Amino acid sequence: MTDVLDPPVHVEFHDDGHDEHHGPSGILKWITTTDHKVIGLSYTVTAVIMLVIGGVFAEIIRAQLATPNGTLVSLAQYNELFTMHGSVMIYLFAGPFAFGALANIIVPIQIGAPDMAFPRLNALSYWLYLTGAITMLSGFFVAGGAANFGWVAYAPLSNSVNTPGAGADLWIGGLLLTGFSAIFTGVNLCATIFYLRAPGMTMFRMPIFTWNMLVTSILILLAFPVLTAGLVMLYCDRHFGTHIFSVAGGGVPVLWQHLFWFWGHPEVYILALPFFGMVTEIIAVFSRKPVFGYKGMVFATLSIAALSLGVWAHHMYTTGVVLLPFFAFMSLMIAVPTGIKIFNWIATMWRGEVWFSTAMLMAIGFLVTFLVGGLTGIYLASPPLDFFTHDTYFVVAHFHSVVMALVLAGMAGLYYWGPKITGYLLNERIGKFQFWFLFLGSQVFTFPLYILGLEGMPRRLGVYPHDPQWKMLNDISTLGAILIGVSTILFVVNIIYSWKKYPAGDNPWDGHTLEWFTTSPPPHHNFYRLPQIRSERPTWDYNHPGHQAVGHGKQIEPAQPVEEVPVS
Amino acid sequence: MFHLWQGFSIGAVIIGALVIVLVLYAVLRFRRKGDNIPKQSQYHIPLELFYTVVPILIIFGLFAATLVVENKETANPKTNVTIDVNAFQWGWKFTYPGSNALVYGQTTQNPEMVMPVNTNVHINLTSSDVIHGFYVHAFNFSRYALPGVLNQFTIRAQSTGTYFGQCTQLCGLYHSLMWFRVKVVSPSAYSAWLTTFNNPAAAAAVKAANKTTAQQTSSVVPSKPATTKYGR
Amino acid sequence: MKVEAKVLLGLGVFFGIMCAVYWNWSLENAGGVMMFAAMLLCFLPGGYYYWWSRRMKARPEDDPQATQASGAGVVGAFPGTSIWPFTLGMGAFFVVLAMVFGLWFLVPGLGLVIWAMLGGTAEGRRGGKV
Repeated sequence: MTDVLDPPVHVEFHDDGHDEHHGPSGILKWITTTDHKVIGLSYTVTAVIMLVIGGVFAEIIRAQLATPNGTLVSLAQYNELFTMHGSVMIYLFAGPFAFGALANIIVPIQIGAPDMAFPRLNALSYWLYLTGAITMLSGFFVAGGAANFGWVAYAPLSNSVNTPGAGADLWIGGLLLTGFSAIFTGVNLCATIFYLRAPGMTMFRMPIFTWNMLVTSILILLAFPVLTAGLVMLYCDRHFGTHIFSVAGGGVPVLWQHLFWFWGHPEVYILALPFFGMVTEIIAVFSRKPVFGYKGMVFATLSIAALSLGVWAHHMYTTGVVLLPFFAFMSLMIAVPTGIKIFNWIATMWRGEVWFSTAMLMAIGFLVTFLVGGLTGIYLASPPLDFFTHDTYFVVAHFHSVVMALVLAGMAGLYYWGPKITGYLLNERIGKFQFWFLFLGSQVFTFPLYILGLEGMPRRLGVYPHDPQWKMLNDISTLGAILIGVSTILFVVNIIYSWKKYPAGDNPWDGHTLEWFTTSPPPHHNFYRLPQIRSERPTWDYNHPGHQAVGHGKQIEPAQPVEEVPVS
Repeated sequence: MFHLWQGFSIGAVIIGALVIVLVLYAVLRFRRKGDNIPKQSQYHIPLELFYTVVPILIIFGLFAATLVVENKETANPKTNVTIDVNAFQWGWKFTYPGSNALVYGQTTQNPEMVMPVNTNVHINLTSSDVIHGFYVHAFNFSRYALPGVLNQFTIRAQSTGTYFGQCTQLCGLYHSLMWFRVKVVSPSAYSAWLTTFNNPAAAAAVKAANKTTAQQTSSVVPSKPATTKYGR
Repeated sequence: MKVEAKVLLGLGVFFGIMCAVYWNWSLENAGGVMMFAAMLLCFLPGGYYYWWSRRMKARPEDDPQATQASGAGVVGAFPGTSIWPFTLGMGAFFVVLAMVFGLWFLVPGLGLVIWAMLGGTAEGRRGGKV
């Protein structure tokens, strides 16, 4: 210990503390680790692999749709492909990437904690996620193929009569595993944030990213148990002869939709809020200004979370059995806190010093793309307009605008925090090429889909022989998908090209929050020393005394200069 | 509906353009030029209140407009023409209560629903197996065909012609091919079309078809009616 | 502690109001029950934090003027390495496979789960790597 820390961190090591030098190595080290950074890195790598797998599915889907009578895949294979594309992207990429990957690494460091509150539970989360991913994807290798009922698995299409076979069960099983993994991560993040903050790191001094992760975790704990319960019911319907979702036995098929979307809509914010947090951090750092309206930002996040539990049935307007005005009002209201966030981001950049690094470009790209997705979301919140666009490509375009924005934000996060995690920067020139391909690709990909939706093309069609006039727009969209694919290849190329080439240093971006105070990569229990925490920007306060945040004419804390104090 | 769409679009375009202009102005005007540290302003309460209150007002406006249009669209005015639509994997069956008319067809057979122009037509939508989506793009309307639920709505066609309709909710293998057509004809042509079914063969056919539907959906439509409009 | 309690209780109160409005208006039970449960799920930890926040001094992390020195002492016990999460994860994997491919997968599945639970508990009690 003494060769590492002076004075030693008062963390009670259960092993003899020489673990990082003499512990297991190689694959056994990876399997037995409980270090949140290693687990987070495993999560990141796995999630990016899932992004690539889901992306390959997407490219096949787009190639099939490039002609009205596509014969690249059969209709049965097409159903499997879009089901697994949605499932992989939502369950295995976006969610785990949002709350398992970067959050796992960054949140404990941002609040000055040595590790997550439950390191072993954290490791278990990862193993459940990995095995869940393997389970779900192995559907392609069983007789009958993978699940083919869409990622929403509407009953009664998902019952044992309409979808027999192991693929559907593997889908349910994989989702159970990843669901538990998410719940455990949620518990872990909540406990970490509530109990392991450094002295002086009050709740209202936590970085916005950490705040968003806290709210995300609360949403996970509220929403995921519902999904798990629904999946168990579905499994019982399939195998134990219960009739929860089957009309024949007195069940209610719509109940599945209620259960699914009660999880599914908060899930949208479980996916989005972490990325909002990343973008908030990145925009503030690369504008060299504090987050504008910090408290407003926190309350906006909280109100998004609160409202998100009351909007699930806006996915079910056309069922004809939901209370339209209630859900229309709640869904429209979500636009308000989201708007506050967007305006706060702009105000953060206003009169700042905007540095066009790759991370910042990606964040700006997120802003624009998310704006499109958000505005079209307002249309869909209105039942009469949803009657017109429901289950058409308008909806597909809407949520792909949103998730492509999240991919941009995720890439921003990787470019921003990657150096902290690995100690090495990525190449900025290739990064900018990647940005333009990804950003323009996203727009070229989604905009034709909006028009297709308004022209009445329903989603999940493998062929459209009746409407060959849709070919043109589909081709443009396919071109966009290819551009996005190129950007992903550029990302991989960048990682290989920049491998250990550009040492980052501890604080390459002049960061605000505590993770930039420690070394890159951080040591085993994250900190050798900590500054006094007097605002939500302790590292900035330490590096730039005399440049504290001001608001409304008066100086905000810290009143006294910040001094560095070794961890003790 | 169209005016509602226009209203939303005007709002969305204005707000979207405003935000994009603000973003572009901010990032281009305030590019980093040197190693300056800008003024660290963090709060401006009037500004924050402004962009909280204004969106809330806009949202209230949109919600009010939505309510008006929604009540019009979901209203079930009294009608003379009723069509029973039954969706199944992977086709449609249209029967006309009070007559022997029957249209039935699967995937590529393109069943054709005939209805009179400028008349409120009441649709009783059911499903025999999984969830389907009744969607006619020209009518700007879609509704799920749910097993166990009788979905009722009214449509009104403004002009004669043939319109394309398709299942929108994934319903299995041949979902992509689950089409139908809607043929809107003049009321007199509609009555003439109905009388072509006035023969014993058609009567037998519709009886048989109704019997199959009844068998398939015997469990589907609940014996005791739902207590509320919104579920049980 | 106070802010944590307020966040959770505030969310709970909001869900409670939403639940009351929705349930009375729509009479739809599934959503009503789920929102009611969401309210309870917020009140449970929120009440716990509120109860403690009234009975203990502000922790260093709740004190805006706290110095790093005030956090001196043992932060917590963090295990170095542990094989048991992996074992438990593999056990859960086999249990899920049993749901799909047949009950015989339960033999390795439950075996690994029980082994991991025993091993993990022993590791925790012994306070070190096993």
